[in-house]
Amino acid sequence: MEIKIKLNGKLIKEDVDAGTLLIDWLRAHKCFSVKRGCETSNCGLCTVFVNDKPVLSCSVLVARANGCSVTTLEGLQKEAEEFGAYIANEGAEQCGFCNPGFMMNAIAMFRENPDPTDDEIRAYLAGNLCRCSGYEGQLRGIKKYLQYKKGE
Amino acid sequence: MAEFKTITKPVMKKDAMQLVTGKPVYTDDIINQDCLIVKLLRSPHASAIIESIDTKIAQKVPGIEAIYTYKDVPQVRFSNAGQTFPEASPYDHQILDQRVRYVGEPVAIIAGESEAACLKAMKLIKVKYQVLEPVFDMHTAKDNPILVHPEENWRTLSYDFYKSDNKRNLVSHEEDSHGDLEKAFAECDEIVEHTYHCKANQQAMMETFRTYCEIDTYGRLHVISSTQIIYHVRRIVSNALQIPKSKVRVTKPRIGGGFGAKQTSISEVYPAFVTWMTKKPSKIIFTRKECQIAGSPRHEMEMKIRVGATKDGHIKAIDLYVLSNSGAYGDHGPTTVGLAGHKSIPLYTGGMEAHRFTADVVYTNIQSAGAFRGYGAPQGIFALESAVNELAAKLNIDPIKIREMNMLKEGMHMDAYFHEDATACALDRCMEKAKEMFDWDNKPDCVDLGNGKVRSKGVAMAMQGSCISNLDVGSATVRLTEDGGYLLVIGAADMGTGCDTVLSQILAECMDCDVDDVEVMSADTDFSPYDSGSYASSTTYITGMATYKAGMKLKEQILKISALKLNKPIEELTMESKEVVAPDGQSISLVDIATASMCFNDIPTTVTETHTSPVSPPPYMVGMVEIELDKETGEVEVKDYVGVVDCGTVMNENLARVQTEGGIVQGIGMALMENVTYTKKGAIFEESLMNYKIPTRLDMGVLRTAFESSYEESGPYGAKSIGELVIDTPCPAINHAIYNAIGKFLYEVPFTPEKIVMAQDE
Repeated sequence: MEIKIKLNGKLIKEDVDAGTLLIDWLRAHKCFSVKRGCETSNCGLCTVFVNDKPVLSCSVLVARANGCSVTTLEGLQKEAEEFGAYIANEGAEQCGFCNPGFMMNAIAMFRENPDPTDDEIRAYLAGNLCRCSGYEGQLRGIKKYLQYKKGE
Repeated sequence: MAEFKTITKPVMKKDAMQLVTGKPVYTDDIINQDCLIVKLLRSPHASAIIESIDTKIAQKVPGIEAIYTYKDVPQVRFSNAGQTFPEASPYDHQILDQRVRYVGEPVAIIAGESEAACLKAMKLIKVKYQVLEPVFDMHTAKDNPILVHPEENWRTLSYDFYKSDNKRNLVSHEEDSHGDLEKAFAECDEIVEHTYHCKANQQAMMETFRTYCEIDTYGRLHVISSTQIIYHVRRIVSNALQIPKSKVRVTKPRIGGGFGAKQTSISEVYPAFVTWMTKKPSKIIFTRKECQIAGSPRHEMEMKIRVGATKDGHIKAIDLYVLSNSGAYGDHGPTTVGLAGHKSIPLYTGGMEAHRFTADVVYTNIQSAGAFRGYGAPQGIFALESAVNELAAKLNIDPIKIREMNMLKEGMHMDAYFHEDATACALDRCMEKAKEMFDWDNKPDCVDLGNGKVRSKGVAMAMQGSCISNLDVGSATVRLTEDGGYLLVIGAADMGTGCDTVLSQILAECMDCDVDDVEVMSADTDFSPYDSGSYASSTTYITGMATYKAGMKLKEQILKISALKLNKPIEELTMESKEVVAPDGQSISLVDIATASMCFNDIPTTVTETHTSPVSPPPYMVGMVEIELDKETGEVEVKDYVGVVDCGTVMNENLARVQTEGGIVQGIGMALMENVTYTKKGAIFEESLMNYKIPTRLDMGVLRTAFESSYEESGPYGAKSIGELVIDTPCPAINHAIYNAIGKFLYEVPFTPEKIVMAQDE
């Protein structure tokens, strides 16, 4: 079937197999930030935006994104650098494999709730697993970033 | 203590910005995507002989390049464990075997143009199995007439140490003791004796096992893999394929988590075989399910322990027997079990008069275990620390006080730790600091919150090692670069923990330069100097020392060139940050020295140094936990965790803290939720992250960490290790808190709500 997707601002028209998952289509389009960590929608690594809403791209057919805009971390490099520096300054990126999905969902949270409490942060990001960091450093980074944004 | 310029500082990891912005730096991001896809047909049986296997129809699926069965691979055995030759782990693997030994064992390798083609072909392979009776129970595995490895070409390279014997289902046997054990027990007023059980744990690193292979310009096999052990992988691939090691090159890009999982060669040999046979590039990407059923989990262990003390709390004797389940293969079996004893018993060196540590490791027909953070120590420490807490309760002595009375202190001789001396030990200060941070003395053991829940506290201590003594080898190559900085080339593998950065900090400290003046390259068997790899918490301690030595050696070389250029005796010259200075004020910059080194010069400005160690100085930790326990549902919520660590000099404040936090959370997962269970046929139930629960950020409460540093003279700038130690305290500390909540100790992790409810009802 033919689909039309605006990927990171660029319109792509293409014939795809109807069964193609969004994650596989995105990686085939060199959006390598999109990672697969499980097959059961549990890890949050593959989080991308479809029409600015965070979705798990492993659980969405590319056909479902037809006519939508899709954003990956490749399309949010400025925000990734700005916020990511706060995570990096805590050493909380660790192996980094979960970072892109975590960054996407955190950016979604900042847009939805610019002043979250610690518990709201934990709840919003609960679906983003990280096996390395123990989460506490990510929380420190998020809070320092929010503090910086408030002062901006 | 000395003031440092670069080390100890919270330097940002050198790769951090690339990682947080999602750059393509991992195996599956950097390879030729137009490669063969490799998939594995896996056994549905725990024990069976393949009577016949027919791939004729499967081969006809469009896009299929090749299908290999046991008939196609070299009939030789090798070990998948990443260990220094002669490996402790037996040579019991084949790439594919006619006999399958666990549910999930590979039966056929399928290589095709697409995953869809491979999966279609997989369904068309006809296998006839002669199903055999398996051995599941580790208690009856030793000397069971049913053998997991009856084959004649099974072999061990380390019989003298480990007594491995496939005809007894025995992966290894070990004994260690000192003092007159029964005499010491006879003098004890109270003896706690129990059997503790740790189930297997899945590694659950976020990046699953994966490997890409291609043939390079020279016709050699280039393996790009998510591994902690490039040099061991080269040997393993060479052993498996029966090709010379020089024909194999192994490269490690960024790794999406390791924890020891990638200290075993899990995925490499399959695409290596495909590419070597077809001469075409190929890759294998394990699914999460494959990681759960055919990965390298923690060894299930049962600890039978006796701890004896006088009525005033003097711990005199410890007797520990460990039975470890290695599963279908012996990877890391002989060595993990050792840590259960060697890294727990010495904690009570204080007044201990005798100890005995005995261990058996057995084969069974389940997934083979491997190396997982802590490497046996979490199991042993769970048992010993739980027993000591029970002893304190029985003697009515404060659990902190009994530890302060008996704990290992700096300068003591450790009979239970390879007769090493505790050259640097701040365990006592860790306890003091933890007590203060946690406010232990002012918190009651248990408070009823009035809503069916109680709040309670628990404590545990831990130790680990800083390398494998007399074995591990680390090396560093340091080059003066043209702009007056340095290139550091290592064979250690940064798996996210930040060793690329920490080693750069060590070099920067040594050369008195900024860490930004150091570029780092790792790891590639063609370019990196030999390194055993990143495991056994050894990278900072061993490769760090090699880096320091290489820096010092390069300084000499720089001074030699300077002496020629300035026409001064070398003894008069001193190297300062960016230049070499003579007493009369003449100087030459590093840039000029580097430039001069490239013209009519025979003094090398690239040096390589190697380091090893006869000792493995332990790091220490105290963990204190506050939990809320719902007495009706048995649910435990961690509210507060205090971890105080003595890792020697803290090399990077941020990275050490995050190591500690990450380890504690993995430990909490091990204590409360991570469970591996089997069907009657031996298949693992928890085959996804849906039912194998690892902690989310809602499961860990507040973590508070601090460092109480000792100074280890044999480590770089006083450093020991931190990576593994930090997973050791949660199981016993949480068990202690559960006891304070319900008045019962538990003897098996994970402490699931069911077990807690049932313990109350007993």
